[in-house]
Amino acid sequence: MLVGHRTWEFNNKPVITSTGTVGGPFEAKGNIPNDFDTLHEDMWLGQDSFEKAERVMFEEASIKAIEKGGLTKEDIQFIFAGDLVNQLTPITFACRTLGAPYFGLFGACSTSMEGLALSAYIVNSGGSTCVLTGSSSHNANIEKQFRYPTEYGAQKPPTAQWTVTAAGTAIVRDKGEGPSITSATIGRVVDMGLSDPYNMGGAMAPAAVDTIEAHFRDRGIDPSYYDVIVTGDLGKIGQTIAYDLLVEHGLSLEKDQFRDCGLIIYREDQPVLAGASGSGCSAAVTYGHLLNRMKQGEINRMLVVATGALLSPLSYQQKETIPCIAHAVSIEM
Amino acid sequence: MSDQKKKNQTPVQQKYQQFASAREEKRPVVKNCIRAFFIGGLICLIGQFIQLFYITFFDFTEKTAGDPTVATLIIISVLLTGFGVYDRFAQFAGAGTAVPVTGFANSVASAAIEHRTEGYVLGVGGNMFKLAGSVIVFGTFSAFVVALIRTLLTQWGGF
Repeated sequence: MLVGHRTWEFNNKPVITSTGTVGGPFEAKGNIPNDFDTLHEDMWLGQDSFEKAERVMFEEASIKAIEKGGLTKEDIQFIFAGDLVNQLTPITFACRTLGAPYFGLFGACSTSMEGLALSAYIVNSGGSTCVLTGSSSHNANIEKQFRYPTEYGAQKPPTAQWTVTAAGTAIVRDKGEGPSITSATIGRVVDMGLSDPYNMGGAMAPAAVDTIEAHFRDRGIDPSYYDVIVTGDLGKIGQTIAYDLLVEHGLSLEKDQFRDCGLIIYREDQPVLAGASGSGCSAAVTYGHLLNRMKQGEINRMLVVATGALLSPLSYQQKETIPCIAHAVSIEM
Repeated sequence: MSDQKKKNQTPVQQKYQQFASAREEKRPVVKNCIRAFFIGGLICLIGQFIQLFYITFFDFTEKTAGDPTVATLIIISVLLTGFGVYDRFAQFAGAGTAVPVTGFANSVASAAIEHRTEGYVLGVGGNMFKLAGSVIVFGTFSAFVVALIRTLLTQWGGF
């Protein structure tokens, strides 16, 4: 199980049997609309607040994953999920509807892989046979939570990232058809002293590098083992920094082998500045686009490194720097 | 970065920040300034036309036309905020839309819209001046200081 310093290897090969992804209107116009199960035209999803909209989005993604797996709500034994709004408001309320035993997680944008790693661990060790995990984010909620009111006219610098409106869920089971989770490396909090919340990619890149290096060291493998290594949402700037750092540290990594969910989800001409972010980003891209490509045989082995900036509106106002984290999970066909 | 801030950081952090800032896309300051200058100027030009309109067609003088002009600009800005246009415009214009009175109106209206879901009293009422509040506080305070200096100079300075 535990190999090296902080990596779990899952010998019983927990399987991702089905997934559910839901996106908003901006994602529908993006790069991978066909990889979403449901796309909404309305940011509000017919609700009277954005928080409720996000809740509904997560409920829909969960129901979709349950249906696609040929299960019912009662088959879900545990839920590992999280989002970014006040005390996990949308997810907790969604889990009230779903009714299964629930663990609320906060790992900022790294929540998707934090949840997947824990789910795989529980299933691998026999603690459960069917776990639902996932994460969501809503553009308007994040703007409200971390930045200015949605309609406030503040000019964002080119390093800023666009929070996705999306939810992604996966069902992890002890056996079944689908890609299996082979290992997970848990990240530690890395703070390189950056304090600009409009440059999350730059702040998170060292955390991603730290976790990726730990993963290869612990497992005793090198990057050529994976077809793709996908970071969560570093964006244009963070991804360049992470790539250059990894190469500088002596890892032999091809440029097209190193991808980023924040650069996959939108088209080049969408006004997202440095790329996408948000806890729904890595969840929706991994459980939608990337797993679809695995099923089509384009990818056999991949390492998903979801990165999170663990700042709060309070820490930013108190002039603290941004602590960051990254969790890596390897998925193999 | 200030020296004090640098002193509190480890050599590793400092090295990384140099590494990262070489790869960062910088704010296009010159381009932003030029845009802000022209868009800000354009808003003032529109204001000038509105003032002339009030002077020509209504019973206002150059002095008294200021109030209805500002009110008109505020209404336009609030409407554009409500229609979701103002923030997109501001991403292009930067300080050009933030500095004139339209920017102030936008900050109040956007906060009011944002917190509408929390109710009228605690939501809209409590948060409306979330951004604009500090402008009012420091605006009033600096006006007080300036008035104090002026009074001292005119009363006792003999100017």
